[in-house]
Amino acid sequence: MNCKKVILELTSYLDGVLDAGVRIDLEQHLARCKDCRVVVDTTRKTIQIFCNSEPVPLPDDVRERLHTALLERFRRNSKTT
Amino acid sequence: MSATDPKQLASTIVRDDEAQLVSAAKAGDAAAFEELVNRYERKIFRLGMNITQNREDAEDVMQDAFLKAFKNLDRFQGDSRFYTWLVRIAVNEALMKLRKRRPNQVSLDEPLTEEDNSVFREIEDWGPSPEQKFAQTELNEILTQVIGELDPIFRVVFLLRDVEGISTEETAQIVGISVAAVKSRLLRARLKLRQKLNKYFRRSETQ
Repeated sequence: MNCKKVILELTSYLDGVLDAGVRIDLEQHLARCKDCRVVVDTTRKTIQIFCNSEPVPLPDDVRERLHTALLERFRRNSKTT
Repeated sequence: MSATDPKQLASTIVRDDEAQLVSAAKAGDAAAFEELVNRYERKIFRLGMNITQNREDAEDVMQDAFLKAFKNLDRFQGDSRFYTWLVRIAVNEALMKLRKRRPNQVSLDEPLTEEDNSVFREIEDWGPSPEQKFAQTELNEILTQVIGELDPIFRVVFLLRDVEGISTEETAQIVGISVAAVKSRLLRARLKLRQKLNKYFRRSETQ
């Protein structure tokens, strides 16, 4: 396997859905290619950093307006039915 | 809308049974629909914020998505998860907002022909916990900025797959592209974000 092929298979590799044979080839390449190891590792960390980031808080006033709008819709609906 | 205590509702309806809540909501049970709203409002707001990068737009996206979901509940067939159906509505609303803001720049049908050869241009390790170089607020600002710099065709796929944890197949359905296109866009999104974060996280970066 060469470096370009590693990049093409990167998403499947990181998602753990790569066929066993291809995964072994890829890991053998990683064992001898530092550049690819860094790309794989830093891409994995990129995903982790986004996944672990604090969720955007839902401000109370925004939530209140949503629930008021929905309540209004419920009321209108129940009047028409 | 606080008349119904979600905890009280949980005693009558099994909390994890989304399908049961949807059926009850379809039958006109407002409390069941409210429970669905309580369950997903934060996620839908976050998705709206991440796609539109604007609080007012995110609020509109969330409100319109729930109102449309309620209005069209009868059309929901139950062949996908309610959350996926809701996300599809929210993504469409968010993309409409972006199109209004930048009418010529947002298309999810744009063919991907450009080959990204820049992957190996900046190869530098980040160390074991690069995010710890920054305070939480600063890190959030960095993440918001880099995701905002991503083209919407990559941003949406990355957010659905990697942040919301939606499957490749469901993402393809939501965005209306093929599974192969989702995979290709996800790869490019991840590589672009890696490259953008490199300047903040590389070992040699001084603070």
